[in-house]
Amino acid sequence: MTKETTPTTKVTSTLTVIPAHAVNIPMFQLLKEDGTVHKGAVLPEVSKELALKMFSTMQFIRLLDERMFAAQRQGRISFYLSSLGEEAASIGSAAAIEFEDMIMSQYREQGALAFRGFTVEDFMNQLFSNERDLGKGRQMPVHYGSAALNFMTISSPLGTQIPQAAGYAYGQKLEGNKNCTLVYFGEGAASEGDFHAGLNMAAVFKAPVIFFCRNNGYAISTPANEQYAGDGIAPRATGYGMKAIRVDGNDIFAVYKATQEARRIALEVGEPVLIEAMSYRMAGHSTSDDPSGYRTKEEEQQWHNKDPMLRFQKWLVAKGWMTEELAAEQMEAHKKAVLEELKKAETIPAPHVDEIITDVYDTPTDLQKEQLAALKEHIRKYPEAYPATAAGVK
Amino acid sequence: MAKMNLLQAVNSALDIAMAKNDKVCVFGEDVGHFGGVFRATSGLQEKYGRARCFNTPLVEQGIIGFANGLAAQGSFPIAEIQFGDYIFPAFDQIVNETAKFRYRSGNEFNVGGLTIRTPYGGGIHGGHYHSQSPEAYFAHTPGLKIVIPRNPYQAKGLLLSAIFDPNPVLFMEPKRLYRAAVGEVPEEEYMLPLGKAEVVKEGTDVTVVGWGAQVEVIEKAVAMADKDGVSAEIIDLRSILPWDVETVAKSVMKTGRLVVSQEAPHTMAFGSEVAATIQEKCFLYLESPVMRASGLDTPYPLAHEKEYFSDHLKTYEAIKRSLNY
Repeated sequence: MTKETTPTTKVTSTLTVIPAHAVNIPMFQLLKEDGTVHKGAVLPEVSKELALKMFSTMQFIRLLDERMFAAQRQGRISFYLSSLGEEAASIGSAAAIEFEDMIMSQYREQGALAFRGFTVEDFMNQLFSNERDLGKGRQMPVHYGSAALNFMTISSPLGTQIPQAAGYAYGQKLEGNKNCTLVYFGEGAASEGDFHAGLNMAAVFKAPVIFFCRNNGYAISTPANEQYAGDGIAPRATGYGMKAIRVDGNDIFAVYKATQEARRIALEVGEPVLIEAMSYRMAGHSTSDDPSGYRTKEEEQQWHNKDPMLRFQKWLVAKGWMTEELAAEQMEAHKKAVLEELKKAETIPAPHVDEIITDVYDTPTDLQKEQLAALKEHIRKYPEAYPATAAGVK
Repeated sequence: MAKMNLLQAVNSALDIAMAKNDKVCVFGEDVGHFGGVFRATSGLQEKYGRARCFNTPLVEQGIIGFANGLAAQGSFPIAEIQFGDYIFPAFDQIVNETAKFRYRSGNEFNVGGLTIRTPYGGGIHGGHYHSQSPEAYFAHTPGLKIVIPRNPYQAKGLLLSAIFDPNPVLFMEPKRLYRAAVGEVPEEEYMLPLGKAEVVKEGTDVTVVGWGAQVEVIEKAVAMADKDGVSAEIIDLRSILPWDVETVAKSVMKTGRLVVSQEAPHTMAFGSEVAATIQEKCFLYLESPVMRASGLDTPYPLAHEKEYFSDHLKTYEAIKRSLNY
């Protein structure tokens, strides 16, 4: 018996070569670059309260990125990754799902985390690797995570979260609950073997996953046209027997509506969906990167004109829900909050040295305990060489 | 001779290899026009064209699988894995394919032309995904050669040997020293032997063994011990696989004591192999047990980087433990 979703193979005596670009997917857009709505387009139902929350989150992330990039340049934190220009993709999608849905992110979706309720203080404690960081200061800056917010802790290796999302969602399905998993990754990570494994398994097991690809045009210096030869990422879904949507990642309403529909399919139809959000990494890859080595100012300028935050702001102003003045005031308030928490977080001490052996296993091994004891004795002997922890081992 | 940092020395070796043999290709993530995230491949695409120096899609298993095929065809692929921490998707290709290509085919085929370059090691605030020293995983794989240089001069000479060695070589570059280590390097081609350790400093009281960036740490520790009147002999293994048992054993028979200093987590780091072999070869010459200064048995932490690291102070203490046993 053939499964409903598996097409049967027809026989033909005509030699048929399928063109390489047989699947060419249009990009769903509701808001034009000037913030006006396409004629006849139907906006998703978004309340004023939600719209303003999305906007405020975009502003906050933009401000956070700007200040923390500067803080890295000042040597106050070791590293930072900005999401400049991609705020609509992460915030619009996170807004369209339920709080109980799991988010597995890559490392450029701080917008989704902020939308979930991660506070300025939470961000700062992670960025400064201090003792209040939920991750206990173990990972590089921007590797956030919060069980309370259903946001899986970020891992640096690219694409590893993609098959994990299939498994997580399969568990959600087994439990019979009404939740799905939203997993983010970039078009570069979509080249990893884990992408193939994850999409194929989710499709085979009909796991309720929303695979959300931020196609931002670059993997560090490698442009998308050196990353793949096809029509982006979305058409790959067809090969896995999976539905796909391509959306303008700089149009927060289009992202919201696409994700809402993907969630409906994931839970009501009971199968995964691939969303490809087209955007542009307006910032460098990270503070370790300088994009002037591989792209032009003119190219960057074209995308400044498509700025997702300004586009949304124009719509909000036209709607009468926002004014230029209020937007500027909100930005100032975000700035004040970020600077205040930044100053606080950098004075909070590093985690106690005892934490160096915790969480490797559920309980430390005897050998680890022995190593910690030797380490503490060593620190007592040379306290000036270990300033972050010496005070705690006196 | 010219003053070069370790990156420039690597770049010079790649340049010479590409000029010497048209079948040498350099590729990996961002290695093309951009010249790699550390700039080790700067200028190579401009000089030798996009067909021989190019960006790959972001897929490590693909990079090494592709490199295995290219090497089997008779080329000399030099594949870059951007960070040693990201080599694991390629583990299958390296362990099951690269290392066994010649053996499983009865030498009908081989991938001897392959060189895999990857930066390794910590001390750069990289947390556990930009700091690991994964050499021991690969040292457990017969069929591979593993080479780790300690400075620019070594890097160039060893890399040129690695590229043209008839066996596949994993070439691990100490990224902490990429710009920090500067030294005199010949501009022309030269090769340094694989599988041979080097006595960096002669001494009589204790032998201290390390490799890669750790040699610098050892030198600092030995300078401290020197002030205590201790004469330490420093050996840089240079190659982890195969490794130069003879040079280390000869030294230990002279000094009677051995300390291994290594960055990787203590348990099953390569120092375990050195310790086991040396106690077999030199049992009656040993005045004290082989001591190890290693990383902790934990992932490489960010906030506790200094505490985790087997620095010069911990190495110095290990030297003292060896002497005062």
